[in-house]
Amino acid sequence: MIVIDKIKKHFRNFKHFIFVITSLSLLLFLAVLIITPIILTMSNSFMASSEISSNYGKIFSNVTSGSKSYIAETINLKIIPDLIDFGQYITVLIKSPQYLLKFWNSVILVVPIMVFQIVLALAAAYCFARFTGRIREMIFFTYIVLMLMPYQVTLVPNYLVSNWIGILNTRWSIILPGIFAPFSVFILTKYMRRIPSSMSEAAKIDGANELQIFAKVYVPLCKSTIYSVAILVFIDYWNMVEQPLILLSDSEMHPLSVFLSKINSGDVGLAFAVATIYMVPTLLVFLYSEDYLIEGIAYAGGIKG
Amino acid sequence: MSVKSVKKTQYSKTERSERRTTWYFLIPSLAGVLLFFILPFIVIIYYSLIDNPIGHRFVFMDNFISILTNPAFQRAVTNTLMFSLIAVPLAVVLSLCLAVLLETNLPLRTQFRTIFITPMMVPVASVVLICQVIFHHNGALNELLKFLGLVPIDWFKSGYSQIVVVVLFLWKNIGYNMILFMAALSNIPVEILEYASIEGAGSFEKFFHIKLRYLSSSILFVTILSLINSFKVFREVYLLTGDYPFDSLYMLQHFMNNTFKNIDYQKLSTAAIIMCIVMIIIIGILFIIDNKVGKDIEE
Repeated sequence: MIVIDKIKKHFRNFKHFIFVITSLSLLLFLAVLIITPIILTMSNSFMASSEISSNYGKIFSNVTSGSKSYIAETINLKIIPDLIDFGQYITVLIKSPQYLLKFWNSVILVVPIMVFQIVLALAAAYCFARFTGRIREMIFFTYIVLMLMPYQVTLVPNYLVSNWIGILNTRWSIILPGIFAPFSVFILTKYMRRIPSSMSEAAKIDGANELQIFAKVYVPLCKSTIYSVAILVFIDYWNMVEQPLILLSDSEMHPLSVFLSKINSGDVGLAFAVATIYMVPTLLVFLYSEDYLIEGIAYAGGIKG
Repeated sequence: MSVKSVKKTQYSKTERSERRTTWYFLIPSLAGVLLFFILPFIVIIYYSLIDNPIGHRFVFMDNFISILTNPAFQRAVTNTLMFSLIAVPLAVVLSLCLAVLLETNLPLRTQFRTIFITPMMVPVASVVLICQVIFHHNGALNELLKFLGLVPIDWFKSGYSQIVVVVLFLWKNIGYNMILFMAALSNIPVEILEYASIEGAGSFEKFFHIKLRYLSSSILFVTILSLINSFKVFREVYLLTGDYPFDSLYMLQHFMNNTFKNIDYQKLSTAAIIMCIVMIIIIGILFIIDNKVGKDIEE
């Protein structure tokens, strides 16, 4: 009886009740669809290689080259492995370091881009936000247009310059253009423009110069935006495929994102483990910073300053 | 009088020097942008107008005509446009529906929101493997079709292959769009909605007459953002099918990659400039709309 009363209190009328039930089941269905690939990848990484090859043998037929093993007639898409096995992880992490090397390739590309892009963007955004003027507006507009250009357009100039200054086929050819990418300038400028000018006026009365206003007033106020920009930049470059394909002809330096598509046909079991390891950093970042992420995206929500 | 005017000039003088100082903050970023994007872009315009890097003979539109009549380029453009025409409206409508649903006070709202954003955080490369298991000719989806008594489909090598990519695109992008819509929804003044309720407006009327009107600029923004993102879909296609995909999956970036391999500067530059012009037109429309619609609501 108490339960029924509670439910009655919760729903305004029968129509409302129907609405809640249908939309909840719809959302639930979508949520399951969306989350399944992620869960499957993770759970499959804990399967022993024999289980993988028996489940997916029909798809990745060269899994079992040489050795004799049981291949199921149909595909078995299983969420829970028969036996939890850390064999794949042991191979990836200890026995064959080439995977860890690719992981390190990703880190060594993404971290410098993230750090320096934000440092330069903070300074540039300060220039755009502290005062307004025609020339500033024009340059800022150029940055926005550049930000919206697809890789098909921006990779050609990047390639040309890398070729001229002789950094083609080195990591610098990805890191340097990445550092100057205008994305974080855009979001940080939008945020800084909301900082009231009375703040900088007050600092000026206290005798602060422009550098001090920048470092002691503007940057601390941008803290949460800096987090959200850092997350967005990190995901973007952690996911990169186009740049290494064109700028790094030596596949030894390719990040894991490119390399993963190449091990798919070989060791499927290992690929699941590597794929899981590859998404752990971004998922961890997400778990701890969902609100910052949402805030950052919401700021990008209008093109105008 | 005189003291006041002296003070005023002094003030503007310091302000002028302050303004000059802030320019120094821009120098590192601007130098990099000029070096890596703007200057080479000018060179690219030059390259697109000459016959070859040795002859330096101006041929004006010849490169553009040869690119525009190139069958590979035409196919890449058609495929990319086809994809955008299917994927973008779906992405906008679906994410708007989700945002509106999550704005009502359903239970488990925040949990659903988290789940819908999660794919954004997962590298595409990590889920490609599962996509292959699902969409492969012998894969899980075809097993399901067979079980239902339907004819299995070769998802990667048929006219259906674009559907796979559309699904992957939606999976990846809906969360981002949804956040943009939720932010816009929360900016609608509550008083107006309350007033409408008092006047007897139902939730459908409120949605179509008030919310959609306030959301119109966000809808256009999300549409164009999705359009721009749809040009980046090469990533998913490449990871799924490699360098040489099925015909209907041959995207603009594939064309660029192949041209990069031959290092044909004229072709590359011309293609980049054509795309740049198209993008500038799209961005121009975005700005015009952003200006018009924004003003409309402020009144």
